[in-house]
Amino acid sequence: MKKWSALSLDIVLLAALALAPLYLSAYHLSLLGRFLALAVLSLGISVIWGWGGILSLGQGVFWGLGAYVLAMHLKLTGLAPGDLPDFMMWSGLDHLPAWWKIFEHPAVAIAGVVVIPTIAGGLLAWLVFNRRVSGVYFSLLTQALALAFSTLLISQQAYTGGFNGLTDFSTILGHPMIDPGFQRNIYWITLGVLVLASIACRWLTHTAFGRVLVAIRDGESRVRFLGYHPAAYKTIAFAFGAMLAGISGALYVVHVGVISPAMVGVIPSIEMVIAVAVGGRSSLTGVVLGTLLVNFGKDWISSAMPEMWQLAMGALFILVVTALPQGLAGIPGLVEKLVLWSKGKREAKMADQPAIALVEKD
Amino acid sequence: MGTPLLSVENVTVSFNGFNALDGMSLHLMPTSIRVLIGPNGAGKSTLLDTIIGHVRPSAGRVVFKGHEITRMDEYKIVRRGICRKFQAPGILDNLTVAENLNLAARRHRECWRSFSVGLNKEVRAQVERVLTLVGLNDRKHALAGQLSHGQKQWLEIGMVVASDAELLLLDEPAAGMSHDESAQTAALIRELAKQHSLLVIDHDMAFVDQLDAPVSVMHMGRMLREGTLEEIRNDPQIAAVYLGRVKEVSVA
Repeated sequence: MKKWSALSLDIVLLAALALAPLYLSAYHLSLLGRFLALAVLSLGISVIWGWGGILSLGQGVFWGLGAYVLAMHLKLTGLAPGDLPDFMMWSGLDHLPAWWKIFEHPAVAIAGVVVIPTIAGGLLAWLVFNRRVSGVYFSLLTQALALAFSTLLISQQAYTGGFNGLTDFSTILGHPMIDPGFQRNIYWITLGVLVLASIACRWLTHTAFGRVLVAIRDGESRVRFLGYHPAAYKTIAFAFGAMLAGISGALYVVHVGVISPAMVGVIPSIEMVIAVAVGGRSSLTGVVLGTLLVNFGKDWISSAMPEMWQLAMGALFILVVTALPQGLAGIPGLVEKLVLWSKGKREAKMADQPAIALVEKD
Repeated sequence: MGTPLLSVENVTVSFNGFNALDGMSLHLMPTSIRVLIGPNGAGKSTLLDTIIGHVRPSAGRVVFKGHEITRMDEYKIVRRGICRKFQAPGILDNLTVAENLNLAARRHRECWRSFSVGLNKEVRAQVERVLTLVGLNDRKHALAGQLSHGQKQWLEIGMVVASDAELLLLDEPAAGMSHDESAQTAALIRELAKQHSLLVIDHDMAFVDQLDAPVSVMHMGRMLREGTLEEIRNDPQIAAVYLGRVKEVSVA
C-alpha cells in the first residue's frame, strides 16, 4: 500500500516533468532544466548521507570537476584551429597545455566528466575512511577541500580563467547553444539522465550493498566485526555520489553556459546539502522535490529581495532540522499520524457515547 | 592431543607504558568452551580485543588454525572464522531481528560481491536455524531496538553464530539477565560447543558453574591459573587476588 502510493507519486512527478515543455515558458523551462541537473547531484548526496550517514560539505568540488571538464571542452570547440582561449592569451600563455588539449575530443570530455570526479572522490574517501576519520571531522575536511578547490581555481588564472571562470560557449557537438530547439533537447537529456540516475540509486539502495551501507551508518564497528570492510563500502558510495555530482555539474554548465569558482566553493556546497535536507535525505523522490523547491525559492526570493536569500536559506534549514527532520518526505508520515490521532480521538468519543446513552436510558 | 584452534603466545599489550597484557598465553582446542575470569582490569577484554585485531600487541603472537593473525585487520580476521559478541549489545537497532541475522549470515562480505538483490537459500536457511537456536523465531520481524535486554544479548549471540565462525568470543553473554535467562544462555552455549569453540568472559560464578567448562583465571595481564571451577574456588592464591582487589577498592 505504502509502496504503491510512493510509486504513484513518482509517476505523477515524472509525468509533470515530462510534460513541462508544454505548459512552461521558455524562461521557466530553462530554470527547471538547470534545477533538474542539480537534482542529479542531490541523488548522490542522498545515497552517501541518507544511506551512508556521511555528510560531505564539499560536493561542490566533484560537481565543479565535472563542470570544468565540460566547460574546457566547450571552450575549445568554439575556437578556430590553433587559437587559444581568450584568458590564456591575456595571461601570456603561448600554447595550449596538454591537459587542456585532451578534452577537445567530445568522447574524452564526456568520459572525463564521469571518470575524473569518481576517481577524485574515491581516492579521497579511500584515504580518509581507511584512517577511520568520520563524522564531523569528515564534514570539516570536505568543507576545507571546497575552500581549497575554489581558491586554487581563482589563483590559476592562466589555466582556469581565474575568478571569472569559463564562459562564452557557442556550440556543443556542432549544435548552436542559443537555439530554442537545442534548449528543449537539453531539457529532455537532463530529464533522461535524472531518471537513469534515480533508477541507479534505487537499485543500489536495494542491493545487499545498500543494506550493508545502512548498517555501517548505524553501527560501523559491529559491521566491521562481522567481517565487512566499512571503508570499502563507504568509498564506493562516496565515489558514486561524486560521479553523480560530476555529471550534474556538466549538465548545469550546458544549461547556464558558465562555470566559475564562486559556483563550486563552500557556500554552494552547503546549499547543495540544505536542498537534500529539505527534501528528506533518505527519500530519493524527496530530494528531487527538495532541490526543485529550494532552487525555485532561491530564484524567486533573490530576484525579489536579493539580500534576503541567505537569511531565508538559514531559516529554512533551521525549520527543517527542528520541525521536519525527515524533510518533505516526512510529511506523509506526519499526516498519517495526525489522521490516526484524530481518528483515535473520534473512536474514543464514540466508545464513550453508548455508555452515556445507557446511563440516560436508565 | 590435537593441534589447538587458537594459540595466544606470550602476548604483551601496553597502553602508555601500562601493560594491559603482560606475556599472556592461552591455547584453545576445537569444539570446546573456555571460561575466562579475573578481577576488573585483569586484561580479559583486552585479550579478546587482541585476538580479534582491534588492539595490536607489542610482543608475542596469535595463531588461528595454523596461521598467524597477529597484525591482521579486524575484518580479515573475522573472515577467517573468529567472531565476537561485545559486552554492551552491539546489534543494529534500526534493523529487524531477521535483517541483523541476514547481515551476519552473508557469506560474501567483500564489497564487490554485494551488488545483488535478495538473499540466497543458504543464507536464509542459516538465519532460520539460528532464529530457532536462540529462540527469537516469533520476534523475527521486530526491530532489534525493541527487544528486551536478554533478547538483545541472544540476538547478538545469534549474529556471532550466524557468521559461521569456528571460534566465538563472548564477552559477558549473561550480563544483566534474569536467573532463568542466564540458565537458558548457559544451555545455549553448551549446545554451541558441539560445533564451535567458545571463549567466554563472565563474572557470575553461578553462570560459570552451569557452563561446566575449564576456567582460566587472569590477573595483571597474565594467566594465573587454569583448572575446573572447583579447583579454582579452593585455591588460596586466587582468593587472595580477588580479596586483595576488594581491599584496594574499599581503601579507595
